[in-house]
Amino acid sequence: MPRLFIPPLLRPYCEGKEEVIVEGATVLEAVQSLDQQYSGVMERLCPEGKLRAGMSVTVDQNVTPRGLAQKVSPESEIHFLPAIGGG
Amino acid sequence: MATIDEVKAAEGSDEAPQYKVIGTRPIRHDGADKVTGRALYGADIKIKGMIFGAILRSPHAHANIKSIDTSKAEAFPGVRAVVTSADLPEPGDKIAELGEGAVVLNHLSSNNLARTKVLYKGHAVAAVAADNLHTAQEAASLIEVEYEVLPPVMDVLKAMEDSAPVLNPDVRTEEASTGEKGDKPTNVAKHIVFEKGDIEKGFADAKYVIEREFRTSTVHQGYIEPHVATVLWNNDGQITVWTPTQGTFSVRSQMAELLHVPLARVKVVPAEIGGGFGGKISVYLAPAAAVLSRKAGVPVQIVMDRADVLQATGPTPGSFIRIKMGVDADGRLTAAEAWMAYEAGGYPGSPIGAGAMCVFSCYDIPNGRVEGYDVCVNKPRTNAYRAPGATNAAFATETVVDELCEKLGMEPVEFRLLNASKEGTRRIDGVTYPRIGLVETLEAIKNSEHYKTPLTGPNQGRGIGSGFWFNAGLKSAVTATVNSDGSVGLLEGSTDIGGSRTAIAMQFAEALGLAAEDIKPAVVDTDSVGYTDVTGGSRVTYATGWAAYEAAQDLKRQIVTRAAELWDVDPAQVSYEDGSVIGPAKSMTFKEIAVELSTEGEPLVARGVSNHNEPGGAFGTHLVDVEVDPDTGKVDILRYTAAQDCGTAIHPAYVEGQIQGGAVQGIGWGLNEEYWYDETGSMRNANFLDYRIPTCYDLPMIDAIIVEVPNPGHPYGVRGVGEVPIVPPPAALEAAIHNAVGVRMYELPMSPPRVLHELLKKES
Repeated sequence: MPRLFIPPLLRPYCEGKEEVIVEGATVLEAVQSLDQQYSGVMERLCPEGKLRAGMSVTVDQNVTPRGLAQKVSPESEIHFLPAIGGG
Repeated sequence: MATIDEVKAAEGSDEAPQYKVIGTRPIRHDGADKVTGRALYGADIKIKGMIFGAILRSPHAHANIKSIDTSKAEAFPGVRAVVTSADLPEPGDKIAELGEGAVVLNHLSSNNLARTKVLYKGHAVAAVAADNLHTAQEAASLIEVEYEVLPPVMDVLKAMEDSAPVLNPDVRTEEASTGEKGDKPTNVAKHIVFEKGDIEKGFADAKYVIEREFRTSTVHQGYIEPHVATVLWNNDGQITVWTPTQGTFSVRSQMAELLHVPLARVKVVPAEIGGGFGGKISVYLAPAAAVLSRKAGVPVQIVMDRADVLQATGPTPGSFIRIKMGVDADGRLTAAEAWMAYEAGGYPGSPIGAGAMCVFSCYDIPNGRVEGYDVCVNKPRTNAYRAPGATNAAFATETVVDELCEKLGMEPVEFRLLNASKEGTRRIDGVTYPRIGLVETLEAIKNSEHYKTPLTGPNQGRGIGSGFWFNAGLKSAVTATVNSDGSVGLLEGSTDIGGSRTAIAMQFAEALGLAAEDIKPAVVDTDSVGYTDVTGGSRVTYATGWAAYEAAQDLKRQIVTRAAELWDVDPAQVSYEDGSVIGPAKSMTFKEIAVELSTEGEPLVARGVSNHNEPGGAFGTHLVDVEVDPDTGKVDILRYTAAQDCGTAIHPAYVEGQIQGGAVQGIGWGLNEEYWYDETGSMRNANFLDYRIPTCYDLPMIDAIIVEVPNPGHPYGVRGVGEVPIVPPPAALEAAIHNAVGVRMYELPMSPPRVLHELLKKES
């Protein structure tokens, strides 16, 4: 089952947990699974099912260009981090 | 300075090199044009009927615009058009994705031509196009702007205070991870928090804890070529932009969004680019030139001077950083905490996210917390600069690490080897590393001649520093066309800043068993190649190289199919190996089959695209010897060695050049460079005489050690190279200065007055 890491400022909405085991074959499904466990989290993490501007998704060590559509495996780690740009 | 294969060859190894083209040093395809002055840079572009533009800029750092009267300028003889923000469409509140990040269009539009406020001295207010530049400048000076001058806020901490003047009434503090926003206007645009483990327990477990505060100044990329834009808004609605840019497709998107025109109506033609380093991604001139052109009916060219470049384009932020780190008696890090505030400039968007992710990235730390703030101040809107945000952070962390080493009585390189991030290390932001090469760079420095050579004189000191940058993947496309003589044209959309034409062509040639010289790479306009993201994030050799590799695979498949048709055999019986197509009865070289197929059937055209994102991350470790003049505080660099994990060095000379160039920029940041503002918010050193970048007279040869830990996320093991070498220098210099004269420097730049101040303080 994928592990979704909870950003610190969202942890109060997830009983203080640093990570939550979720279900799903994509990042979006994983977030929906998280929202089923902790209602309202999805609206904060990705309102209207979209990645907020300025945020990125990292799956298994790499920022994914596919965002919420990125496929995840049962062993995957999912992180939501600030999007960064290089020079 | 050599790669693994070069070292093996030099040692007489009979082991065959892994590659035939990769790792060699062919002459760059664009070399002759550049060394003879024939290459066409932005200001070399001349279009028939072209006239010239000038920008009127704000004399105030912070003011409301009450009115703008352009009538005298419009009536001035020779003037063909005058524009203000009223000539740009209302941008609304849209946030546009522009490849390497999201942009609030209202802010981007207002940064090009101020709407209701000016937020820094030099902020563009109006533009004039005339028959010649002098007329345009004279007319611009006749534009009457009524300002309500407001107090500026130039310091990042003061800007965070409740009583600070607020720059942007629409900005609320956004919590990065939840999207929640504050309820009142503020200069603090974003707040970021990362946490790992139990920070209190971590510090309780420490034997030594050191906490320090650091400041860094606003620093410019210092590219030699100023910004230039030449734009024709044709009567049929087609817009053509000729400009030196790091991203033609990014310029196209920005123009389409700002001018409310379809993407297909904008063509961006890249000029050669005289340096960018992140500073030539945003548009500053092209929108104004476009609306001037629409009014005048002819092409308009606008060229910045150096003062414009320094005062009105995007430097990298000044910052305040507080670092606290703890170690146990064995020298293992137990906890680390950072509080970071980065100046965004007039509009939100500092690289605080990257800074917060990089600040402890070189170390395996069990417990940590990082808090970051993006803060608006009355300076030009910051933009990317080589590993944006990482150099500020590394200066702070590495200086505290050096102090911890001193406390522990431990060699700094041994401390780093003990605590270094490795494959599987989890950063404070939560992500684990894939295969990385930090340890290998530390070992390379430890084994270097430089490290083994003792210092010889008084007031000399040696320092070491490490740094990290993520690198990027993003989208790239190339098209390959096989000519009838077997040579190949390779069209690409990545503008070439550091020799990437050749590095891309080499990967294409390697895949097909050809020579780099058989390939003719060309950087083309946005109508002539598939979408390609910016030349930034150290991504081009990685991502566009991968697209070239894919184009080569496409070409191989086509050649195999066509050869099978030609020879009337089953395609399964045909293969492409080592530069030849091989069938059951015969084989032909690439050139032979190209000649043959040029007379038979359709042309051979291949395509390759990439959107991979396993760039691997890059680490560098630098070693520097300095001598400090105790009477003046001037720091001279005696010797400098930089080791960097480059994955696979495609063209080692270009890799060395990137390492050397990045190190030199980091040295400038460390020792000399800073924006010097007076109390009115006016930059007092807006020229290259007073804004002091290092030259070859200031520096010894930078020895570059290429460490090759191939990136498993690329067909040839490529990692990005261009950015990380700017990260370690200020920290390495600080340690060297301390070891030379016994003072600690917590503020950049470590210029002679600052060093002398600390020396005098120590004496007293």
